[in-house]
This record gives sequence, structure tokens and C-alpha cells, in this order.
Amino acid sequence: MIKKTAIAAATVLAIVLPIVLQLVNDYLLHVVIMIGIFSILSLSLNVIIGYAGQFALGHAAFYGIGAYAAALLMLHFHLSFWIALPASAAIAGLFGFLLGSPVIRLRGDYLGIVTLGFGEIVRLIFVGWVDLTRGPMGLPGIPAPSLFGFVFSDKLEFYYLILLLLLITYVVIHRLVHSGVGLSLLTVREDETLAQSVGIRPNYYKLLAFTVGGFFAGAAGAFWATYISYVSPDAFRYLDSVNILAMVILGGAASLPGSVLGAIILVVAPEILRYVSDYRMILLGLAIVLMMIFKPSGFWGEQYRKRNFYGNVKKVGNK
Amino acid sequence: MFLQQLTNGLTIGVIYALIALGYTMVYGILKIVNFAHGDIFMIGSFLGLFFMQEFQLPLYLAFILSAAVTAGIGMLIERFAYRPLRLADRIVPLISALGVSTLLVSLAQKLWGTEMHPFPTAFGSRTYTFGSITFSEIQILILLLSILLMLGLHLFVTRTKTGTAMRATSMSLTNAALMGINTNRMISLAFAIGSSLAACAGMMVGIYYNAVYPTMGYMAGINAFTAAVLGGIGNIPGAMLGGVLLGLVETLGGAYISTQYKSVISFSILIIVLLIRPSGILGSKEINKV
Repeated sequence: MIKKTAIAAATVLAIVLPIVLQLVNDYLLHVVIMIGIFSILSLSLNVIIGYAGQFALGHAAFYGIGAYAAALLMLHFHLSFWIALPASAAIAGLFGFLLGSPVIRLRGDYLGIVTLGFGEIVRLIFVGWVDLTRGPMGLPGIPAPSLFGFVFSDKLEFYYLILLLLLITYVVIHRLVHSGVGLSLLTVREDETLAQSVGIRPNYYKLLAFTVGGFFAGAAGAFWATYISYVSPDAFRYLDSVNILAMVILGGAASLPGSVLGAIILVVAPEILRYVSDYRMILLGLAIVLMMIFKPSGFWGEQYRKRNFYGNVKKVGNK
Repeated sequence: MFLQQLTNGLTIGVIYALIALGYTMVYGILKIVNFAHGDIFMIGSFLGLFFMQEFQLPLYLAFILSAAVTAGIGMLIERFAYRPLRLADRIVPLISALGVSTLLVSLAQKLWGTEMHPFPTAFGSRTYTFGSITFSEIQILILLLSILLMLGLHLFVTRTKTGTAMRATSMSLTNAALMGINTNRMISLAFAIGSSLAACAGMMVGIYYNAVYPTMGYMAGINAFTAAVLGGIGNIPGAMLGGVLLGLVETLGGAYISTQYKSVISFSILIIVLLIRPSGILGSKEINKV
């Protein structure tokens, strides 16, 4: 009962709130849209880190690949956004698969540094391949999506678009991780040898996680490209990967509502802390360290996941 | 031409070796990759520049001071960001290290700005020619100082009582503690030595390329980590060998293949080594027991 009311309230809020926000200030709507983009990013990274237990550090690379793929498809091939979006997501997913294939054999810290290197290389290619990407100047003039003559032009329309994308992402990932696949992923995360002994192929599931993670990050990138109508290598730096990682950690690994919560906190906090904006990244770094020391399972972490996962079999506390 | 490239590669190689030592010493004991090490290197570089510009100190004093202060910073990082997490999952200190790395980079950006700083030194463009090879003054300084530092470290680790205790700690933390070795102090010491070597390397890079900037630690860090893995992580002579090898390969690759994608070369080496021989050239094979 309570859950149904909560969902209904959230739905009404998600539809009505932006209209109110827009009346107050257009910029607030932009913040909410950024929350949407980063929620998709942290959800997709959570599949890799939280469920498959693979410490990947180059998530901004998939985001960037999606954005550049969408920009190039729309600018050079004049494809509609509705084709460019799944296409660029698929391209980013393919890169997830390609990166995953050699590196899934590596252990935690090695994997981290290799994926970090991958992110850096992808950015270097964005900067260096001037013929295709115009290098640091970026690609301007990406058209807005249109549907049967209706052009998405103002922020409110983009908001509903990202809301839809976020919902699709959330539902697909939710279904995925709450299925047998999700259980296999968790088994691989907990103990690879054990997983193998009961017939679960760790490499298959790790690759799957990389592909799915890359796919949705690519979709977020494609949306970003059309929303800002400009892409440049600056948006896909190493620090952006760390930022997405921090969202996953803050919300709690293997927790989907946690990922969204993490995105909300880390998008809104810098806006509130604008007067200390110079110290923003310093505070982020400090927050990550403190979080690891005092609350490594995140704000919406493990115990919530278990309750979600095993349904009503075992209630944890009376909260 | 080839010999000249070899010299340049050797110069950058010994610098990688110095940074790689920090990775390898920490990994040898704690079995964690200190992700913040590249940024400690950057802080060392900035500190050297700071001492020289603000206090007009001579170069050698700046080297000593920067190494000392950076050693302190390394010990502080270990004490507050890693020690409370020693019993946690392997991934936890890793994320904490990432936080430290972000903290250091943004602190440097706040203190010194994001732009490149030149590193003014008294070194002229005087060069010495031996046969067909030309050494610049700076190259000679880098080679001599690095070799001296590595020799010193080698003697310390193999010939002194503390060094022996340190090697014992890296063989087994528990057994070393049972033998009455203060393992916490050994870990602190490993961080201090690694950080001060990184600080020296940072100043050398700053002088060599005449540029210091807050994000210089990323690529240097990845390259040095590659060097450590190449030589066999946890193995001190391995890190030295790996650094020199990587410097040579990278410079020759840059000269004969493509300068723009020089970092792609080291990255590819890292992946290949990790896949084919994760224990590196000199490392011992690690056996995972169920």
C-alpha cells in the first residue's frame, strides 16, 4: 500500500515539478535534466561495479563515445535522433564489449588502471583525430530531435525526453539485475571460482555487464549531445569518470535507487555549494575518502538491496 | 639518431623507474595500487617549484625540501586514507585512493591554477657530445641523480637492518609482526620513501620538459604503473628495469611510429603484459588458492 502511494506520488511529482521549476527559474530545470543524465550514467556503471564487481574507471569514455557517435551520425549522415540514439548506444555498447574482452581476466586494481587508461586514450583520440572530431574545438550545431514535425526545443520538452530515457534505463536494468542474470552477476562478484563450479561462466557475465553498461552510458551521451547541441572532449575527462563512480559509491553499490540518489546528491550539491565552487572537487575527493572509512556500503546500500531482492521473505528491521 | 633516441629514452626511463618504485614498494607490502601516487609526484614537482620561486632556494635545497615535505604528505595519506581501511575489501582502499587523487589534483588547481608553469633553472642549453650522442646538462643531472637514488635505495633495502625489516614485512605482514617488527612503521616508511622518490622524479620532469601542471600525474602515473607491472610489481629491481625498458620503448616508438599517440604505446604494453605475463619480467608467479 505504502509503496503504491509512494510510486503514485513520485509519478505526479516527476510530471508536475518541472513545470513549477520552470516558472521559478529555467536553470533549475537544467539541473534536473543533468540529474537525469547522470542517473543513467550511474545506473549503467552500477551494473559493472555493483553487480559484476568489476572496478571500471573509464565510464566517461562510453558517455563520450555515445555523444560523439550521435553527433557525427546526425551531422554527417543527417540521421534522425531516434535512429542516432539507439545506434550510438549500440556503438558505445560495442566498445564496452571490445574493451571488456581483453580486460575481464584482470583482477580489481589492474582492471581499474587499464580502464582508466582506456578513458584517457579515448579522450586523446577525441582531441587528436581533428579530421573527424575537430579536436578541442568540438562539434557544434547538433540538431534537436523532432517527432512528426514536433521539435524538442525548450528545456521542459527535453526534460520529459530524459525522464522517458531514465525510466526505460531503470526498468531494463531493474529487470536485468532482478533476474537469473542478476543472480549470476552477483555470484561472479562474490566468488568467481564458486560461480564456475555451479556452471556460471564469469567471463560471459562480466562481458555482458560491460556491454550493458556501455550501451546505456552511450544513450546518455547521445541525449547530452542533442540537448547541448555541442560536444567537445572537455566533458569526458577522467574527473567525470570519478564523479560518476562517486555517485555509485555514495548511493551504494548494487543498489539502483541508490544510483539515482547518488546522482541527485552529486548534481545538486555543487549547485548549492556554488559559493565554494573552487573547493567543489576537493570536497568531492574528501567525501569519497570519508565515505569509504565510515560508510563503505553507501547511503542506500546493501540491506535495501537484499530487501528488494528477496521480496518479502525477510524483512530487515521495521523502518 | 638511433643512439640519440636511446639516450632520450633512458632519461625518461629512469624517471619512470623512480615513480614506479613507489608503486611497487606499497604494492609489495599492502597489495594495493596507490592510485594517488601519480598525483603525489605532481605535488612534489609543484613544491619544488614553490620553494625555488618563493624562497629563492638553490636547486639542490629545493630537491631535498620537496622530497621531505612530499614524504610527509605520503605518510599522512597512508595514515588517514588507507590505514583505517586495511581490513576492508580490496576495492575499498582503491576507491579511497581515487578520492585522495581527486583531492590532490583539485587542491593543486586551487593553489596554483590549471595552467602550465615553466620551471626556471640555472641550466643553460649547454650540451656535451660523446661520439655521436649529445647529452644536455639536464639529462646528465637526471641520469646521475636517478642512478644515485636507486643505488641508495638498493643499499638501504639490502644492507641495513630497517631495510631487512621492510623486506620481511613485504614477504608477510603477519609473520613480520610476530617477529617484533613494527609493521605500521614499515608501511609508513614505504610510503615516505616512495613519495620522496616521486617528488624527485616530479622535479626532474618539471625541469626536463620545463612544464608543471596539476594533471601531469595521470599519464606519468599510468606509465610508471606500467613500468612497475612490466618489471614485476612488488619487486624493487623489477621496477627499475621496467621503467628503463618502458622509457626506451616509448621514446623509440614515439620517434619511429607516432609522437601523438605515444601514450597509446605504453597502454598497449600494459594490457599485453597483464594478459600474457601478469607477474612481469622479474616477478614471482602469484598463485591464487581457493
